[in-house]
Amino acid sequence: MSEAAILITVGAQMPFARLVDSVDRWAAQRPDASVFAQIGDQDPPPAHLHHVAMLLPEQLRSRIVEAEVVVSHAGMGTIITCLELGTPLIIFPREGARRETRNDHQVATAEHFGNRAGIWVASDEDELVRLLDDRSRLGTEAPTAPTTSPRLLDTIRDFVDA
Amino acid sequence: MTELRSRRVMAVASGGGHWVQLLRLRPAFSHQETTFVTVREQYRSDLDPGDRMIVVRDATRWDKFGVVILSLQIVWALIRVRPHIVISTGAAPGLIALRIGGLFGVRTVWVDSIANCEEVSLSGRRIGRHADLWLTQWAHLASEDGPRYVGSVA
Repeated sequence: MSEAAILITVGAQMPFARLVDSVDRWAAQRPDASVFAQIGDQDPPPAHLHHVAMLLPEQLRSRIVEAEVVVSHAGMGTIITCLELGTPLIIFPREGARRETRNDHQVATAEHFGNRAGIWVASDEDELVRLLDDRSRLGTEAPTAPTTSPRLLDTIRDFVDA
Repeated sequence: MTELRSRRVMAVASGGGHWVQLLRLRPAFSHQETTFVTVREQYRSDLDPGDRMIVVRDATRWDKFGVVILSLQIVWALIRVRPHIVISTGAAPGLIALRIGGLFGVRTVWVDSIANCEEVSLSGRRIGRHADLWLTQWAHLASEDGPRYVGSVA
């Protein structure tokens, strides 16, 4: 598998052209940047990025392991996987007002997870460009693996066994 | 010494974050006979070789035809598995499994997605009060007549 330093992922449900096109414009000016993007059924596709519509879960996982940094919508699958694997993550949340998802839950998710080590939030293209240009610094602060609360597991286990 | 009663568990989640969160809850039920119900055959690689898995159609609430097919698949899964407990992290397949399972006297657990940090999900508000155990993953969303908070998966 080719190793891309920067992995973009927008999830399985719908494309997210504002994110992909922002990174596309950035990459157009940095021909040595290695970017791989999972873009869904975006049309037209980006001109300067290696891209696929979909990745199988295990393909996404191994891409996340290899990536220097991941840039993603605020999908919980990607957020948790980056935390588990210790890969720095830039969250670019979908906005309800732009009809990128049904409401602003991604903005709230980004705010809540944005203060964790190894996670950054870009709320527009300028912030995203700054973080991407600064990406070598991001790697010095890797996320730490999350734990599932013991009390949550105990509560469910007691209920299951009762 | 009390002996552990054996239980059949049906663990239900749609794709993406819902599935990832369900996997992180596995230590709470995997000691019991578990059947996973999800929406993509590829998720089998996340499970152990012996785990049972049933694939159903993914559907949103706007896709009425999809919801009918999904409901029939869930009924069939419940008949095959005959679970004592249904647990779900969302979304549509879990909502339907809890609702129909509940009608058959199955004990139900709804764990609202950690993605819903400003309000309980629409699915959660619809199914939560029907669930025997209703949990949120955010302390500020817990309430007397709503979900309990006892921690989160991340």
